[in-house]
Amino acid sequence: MCATCGCEGDGQVSILEPLHQHNLKDAHTHQHATKKLVDVEKDILHENNLLGERNRGYFDAKNILALNLVSSPGSGKTSLLERTLSDLKGELEFAVIEGDQQTTNDADRIHATGTKVVQINTGKGCHLDAHMVLHALQGMKPKNNSILFIENVGNLVCPAMFDLGEKERVVIISVTEGDDKPLKYPDMFYSSTLCIINKIDLLPHVSFNLEKAKEYARKVNHKLEMIELSCTSGEGLQQWYDWLKSKVLIPEAL
Amino acid sequence: MHELSIVMSIIDIATEQAESAHAENIEEIEMDIGCLTTIDMDAFDFAWQQGVKDSILAGAIKKVNRIKGRANCYDCNTSFSLENVYDACPSCGQHLIHITEGKEMRVKSLVVY
Repeated sequence: MCATCGCEGDGQVSILEPLHQHNLKDAHTHQHATKKLVDVEKDILHENNLLGERNRGYFDAKNILALNLVSSPGSGKTSLLERTLSDLKGELEFAVIEGDQQTTNDADRIHATGTKVVQINTGKGCHLDAHMVLHALQGMKPKNNSILFIENVGNLVCPAMFDLGEKERVVIISVTEGDDKPLKYPDMFYSSTLCIINKIDLLPHVSFNLEKAKEYARKVNHKLEMIELSCTSGEGLQQWYDWLKSKVLIPEAL
Repeated sequence: MHELSIVMSIIDIATEQAESAHAENIEEIEMDIGCLTTIDMDAFDFAWQQGVKDSILAGAIKKVNRIKGRANCYDCNTSFSLENVYDACPSCGQHLIHITEGKEMRVKSLVVY
């Protein structure tokens, strides 16, 4: 029996699959399609990773420090950026890519600080990908030796998988969230290089256990650096600024 | 729902590979998806049903190998299996670990015709 369509070879067709059209009057005069095994061995996110590397090459060539800022909604990413852009104005050159499902609200806030900004609206999308960042870059042309903040869509799950070409991934949590966030959303903490714990001025008013949060984060990723700060009181901001400066001054050794 | 993005990427890879093999149909697709990735398999299956409609993968048999998590401990050099990325080394209790398996997201092969 023919293994592809089940016809009996004597002209009698016993099983028909919708592989190709049989002429029943003249069975088995058709061409059998041959099956072929194709070895693929390709990462599912291959295309995104390639574009991520392309962005990374662009950043390296222009000595741009690209940072991917990830967090749940409301952790204070945009407030931290506003404060940083104002405080370091004149010292460092900045550009910002804002990612949100809808509105240009965040881009408007950044624009008000006098910084170059592009807003990406993902529509229904839950994360930025390397392709979106590539297009944003073509429009904005960030300067050499600058810092590019890419504020991802507020979401602690999906953005973890998508490389944008960034040098460092910065995860931000605030003390108004649960201190077990690192355990609940481990992949984001696993893939990040710096963890900022924001809103520490509110620590006396909430049940957030700072030491526990740090311990959980280190369980997920023992290499994770941590900075505690408050954009309201200014506490800890200097440490964040020092971190930024330490990263931007070192050109990538290849 | 990043699972839908994942499914769309798989369709892109399958379409491209089938084209270069001069095939019009895909009978089977085999993938490795590690247990330590952020892919939720229920969401993935749902996204698959919706995503492959009208694509070259419509009707293809989907074979998924789940790769269990494994890690090495930097402290005591034990190799062990783990279910969560924050699991401690069972031998010394430390978290200085390096994950060696379970993060795979790979299209392995296709059967085309």
